[in-house]
Formats: sequence, C-alpha cells, structure tokens
Amino acid sequence: MKHLEEYRNADIAARYLDDIHKVVTRPWSIMEICGGQTHSLVRNGIIELLPQSINMVHGPGCPVCVTPVAIIDKAIHLSRMSRVVLCSFGDMLRVPGTRESLLSAKAAGADVRLVYSPLDVVQLAKKSPGSKFVFLAAGFETTAPANALALIQAEKLGLDNFYVLSAQVLVPPAMELLLSDADTQVDGFLAAGHVCAITGYMAYLPLARQHQVPIVITGFEVLDLLLGILHCVRQLEHGEAEVANQYARVVKPNGNSQAREWMARVFEVSDREWRGIGTIPQSGLEPSIKYRRFDANFAFAMANVPAETSHSCIAGQILKGMKKPGDCASFRKECTPLHPLGAPMVSSEGACAAYFNYAKISS
Amino acid sequence: MAINGTLNDLAMCGATPKYLSLALIIEEGLKFDALWKILVSISEIARENMVEVVTGDTKVVDRGKGDQLFINTSGIGELHAKACIGIGHIQAGDHILVSGQVATHGMAIMSVREGLEFETSLCSDTCYVGDITVRLINSFGHKIHFLRDPTRGGLATTLCEIASKSLLSVRLEEASIPVHPQARSACEMLGLDPLYVANEGVFVAVVAPEVSAEALEIIRSFKIGRDAAMVGMVTDEYPGKVVLRSGIGGKRILPMLPGEQLPRIC
Repeated sequence: MKHLEEYRNADIAARYLDDIHKVVTRPWSIMEICGGQTHSLVRNGIIELLPQSINMVHGPGCPVCVTPVAIIDKAIHLSRMSRVVLCSFGDMLRVPGTRESLLSAKAAGADVRLVYSPLDVVQLAKKSPGSKFVFLAAGFETTAPANALALIQAEKLGLDNFYVLSAQVLVPPAMELLLSDADTQVDGFLAAGHVCAITGYMAYLPLARQHQVPIVITGFEVLDLLLGILHCVRQLEHGEAEVANQYARVVKPNGNSQAREWMARVFEVSDREWRGIGTIPQSGLEPSIKYRRFDANFAFAMANVPAETSHSCIAGQILKGMKKPGDCASFRKECTPLHPLGAPMVSSEGACAAYFNYAKISS
Repeated sequence: MAINGTLNDLAMCGATPKYLSLALIIEEGLKFDALWKILVSISEIARENMVEVVTGDTKVVDRGKGDQLFINTSGIGELHAKACIGIGHIQAGDHILVSGQVATHGMAIMSVREGLEFETSLCSDTCYVGDITVRLINSFGHKIHFLRDPTRGGLATTLCEIASKSLLSVRLEEASIPVHPQARSACEMLGLDPLYVANEGVFVAVVAPEVSAEALEIIRSFKIGRDAAMVGMVTDEYPGKVVLRSGIGGKRILPMLPGEQLPRIC
C-alpha cells in the first residue's frame, strides 16, 4: 500500500507545517468532523506540531459515539430473545447501554456476533433459516451503501429472517445544527473525506455560503490533514468561505452515484436522536416502506424502556466541540476504556479514547 | 506453536530448553490423522532442539465439550552460566532491539479467520528463537539485560510492561519499527495498530548500548533475524511510560490496551 509511505512523508509534512506557521496570524478554531481524522491527528502528534493559535475542535463524526442509548438497549434486548442472533461491528460491542453493553450481554449467554460486513449477516441468515439475524446498522453515509446492499440482497434471496436495527446518521444536518448553535465557536471545518466519497460535496455549498465558513473536504493521512488545515487557514486569513476539496483523489463533486442510488432505493430520511446531542431533524436513515419488513423496529415487539446515560459524562459537549476530553472530571478517573461512562471513550473513533490512548507527553 | 511457545519462554529467561511435559485434552471424534500430524510435528521440533518430552497426560472429553484439541506444555531448561536477565537489570541508556518484523503472526491468523478472509502471502512466523539468544548471551553475557517475546498484546504491551516494572521510560521511534508492508496494509484496513498485534518467532532484547550494534549484527546473521532493528532506547525522562515519536516527529504516550483490539466501523 504505497499511500502509507507517500502520504506520511516526513519532509513534505515539515514543509506543510512550515506553511501553516507562516500563514496564520491570529487564533482560529477548526473542527474536524470525522473521528477517524481526530485519531490520526492525535496518533501522529499533529496537534502539538501546529501553531498554538490553531485550536483543533473534535466533531461528532463517530458513529458509535452518537448511537443513542435506547438503540443499544434495544439491541441488547433483541440479543436476549430466543433464536435471535444480534450481529454488530466490533467497536459497538463495548458501548455502555443503560445497564450493560452488548459484550456483557454476550458474556451472560446472549448470541452476539462480531461481523465485518452486513453482507456477512445476509449469508449467515441464508445458512440458518431457523434463526433470526439482526444487524445493528450504525454508521454515517460511508457505511449506509453497504447496509442498503445487504437489504437489496436479502430481498433478492427472499429472506424472512434478516433484519436491520438502524442507527444510521447523516453529516450535513449535524453540521447545520452545530453552525446554528451559538455555543459552538468554530471558524472552519475539515469535512469527512470518506462520507463525501459517497455523497459528494454539493450539500456543503449552501452551508458554507449561509454560515460564511470555509469547509475543506479532507482525507485521513498525515499529509491530507496538514493540507486540509493549510487550505482552511488560508481561507480564514483571506476572509473566504468556500468549499474546497483536498481529498480529490477519492472525492468527486457528486460522489459515488451507484452507492447513492442504493441508499435512495432502500432508505428514507428521518429525524434521529444523537447520543449526547439530542434529536436532529432529518438526520437519520430508516428502511423505506418497501423494505420495512426488514426493519427490526417493526418486526419485533419491543417495550420502550427509558434509557439513561451517566450524569457525569459530558459526551454531548465533547461531540459538539464545546469541551475537550481533558475538561471532563471523570476522564481517566471513573471513565476509562475498560470502564467507559460514555461512548466517546469506547469507539476507536471517539475523541475521549483518542486522548486516552494517544496522550500527549504533557498530560 | 504450543511447543515453540514454551521453548521460547525458556529462551527468554536465558535458558536452553531440556525437558518438556505434554498434556493433551482431546475432544471425542478428533480425526486420528490430525492428532498424528500434530504429534509428528511436536517430535520434530523436540528433536531439532534436543529437547526430551519426559512426561505428559491425555484426557478425552465428550464431543462438544472441547474445541477439538487443547495442548498444554511446560518446560525445564538449563540456565546459561553467563545469563543475567531480568527487568531489574535494565538501565537508562540501554538500547532496545527487535529481532524481526512485528504483527506478521497476528495478521496471518486474522487473514484466515472466518468472515474476514483476505488475500495475503503472510504466514505465521512461529519458530524457536533460542539459538539467537544463546549466541547473544555467549557473546555479551550480563550486558544482555532483558529478553521477552512480545506475543499477545504485541510489542507495545511488552514495552509498557518494561516501563512500568522498571520505572524507567522507553523512547520508541515509530519509523524504525520493522513491519511487513502486507501486515501494515491489513492493519490499516481493519483499523488495528500493528504495535498491539500478537507476534510469534520475534523477541525484544534490551542490551547495554556498547554492545547493541554488534548484537544487532548477530541477530541479523540468522535468517529469522534478518529484519532485526534497533527501535528505541531506555531513558529516565518519563518514569513508567513508553513515548513514541511518530514518523513526522510528534510525540505521544503508548498505553496498555484494555482487552483485544476490535476492528472499527469505517
């Protein structure tokens, strides 16, 4: 994989850093939307190499982190049902629900399986017609096309034992909310490159214009991030507010038309609760009427148990970029990856886990 | 793997393995051919390394009560007269050598795991490393301060243990850690950190700085040690911590991971 070397070249990185130091004349707050970007920034020690006047604010782009407790509780409830197999991606398993996580439910005997693709669940369902398979479909626009494809395949195969429990969310409505919130002080955005690879970036044009913020579509490697920050700071210093595409090797203006077609065919947009943030209008995806028989919410009787989150966890403020993990009184004390109070401490893309795992020397 | 694991545990103490116990827990219905193949491979490894299997036990459990076969071994070795190995001997200024590419074993295993199959030519590098460690101890005696095979938890976990138990600090250079390009790519794809992926047939040596260049040459003179590298050094800067300098010069602390690494969503 050549890009690993190419896009982590130390000499070019030093040059970009030098350019950033030269361009910046005053303080700016820049939010990277995606948790993958947060991790790369912290893991590679980029933040400490930036000028002190650049404040990187970590955004809500961690699908595991924003999945509401009520959905985790539902997934646990389903996993305990007889002849029901609950399938999920790995980093969802440790997220605390109201009382326990999927991993602890598994330890107590529930049939919870770690999968690497929703299509694997379709195959499992095909092989074992006597069991019902539920896929906990968390994720942004990046994972939605694969989920859509799984439903299309399940329909083709005529399966009646495959379901999704949707926790799918959309990025632009969350950015709109952040930009409209007076408490969020973000001067510019690094938009999530892989989300835009699917959706393109047309939806960001009105956001940039209306709120007068530069939005730079950015990748995840060291050089991608440094170049994204450089583009963003240049615009800020020049008083510009454009959508720029740093990640042009992957992102096209209209994204991936096939993936978008699958998403449009299978899902419809709905209001969605984001953990720690609240309900964001038109920010979720659910199976549309044609695919509703695959929707676990309709296929299984589930009592609405009131979901609770830890009172001392400030995940909501962290996800909105208002606070950093170090500002939380529980960070590294009651809240650790082994005993997480909130989801950002669990996911490999959560800001708290990034700060915990890749701590700076000074902390 | 079971035999090499025990032989390497002895080698890491500075001992030459002599005797092994071998206990088998066999699930009813295990194919005799499979058992025979394993026994032949055990006897080959034992013969190659002049180790005798001197005692053992066999238990058969009902079908469904065991996962085909469990192998349990323990060993006794003879301590090298010049060996003086232990975490307490590590000193600030020591150099840290790794005998080969890390993460190869773990990623080879993962590439054949059900539901995750991916194409790779990686294969597990499990092997006995004691021939190298005996040469090192012969050549440098008490200047070889510590040896450890970074199996479960990978290189990072071993170094964290070194830092926390010695109350010294480990300074690690990310760019100098040998990782096979395929293992690195597979790790990237799954969102895993190669520093935490399990190894077999690889060891970490903490040695006095004056012998490190020569020790590295000795390790590299063995086929299984050809990718050996010096990856960092012991300091007293940040007691109990492992500090990694990234490829672009940023520094961060390497933590102990809770539980296994789990592949991420996107």
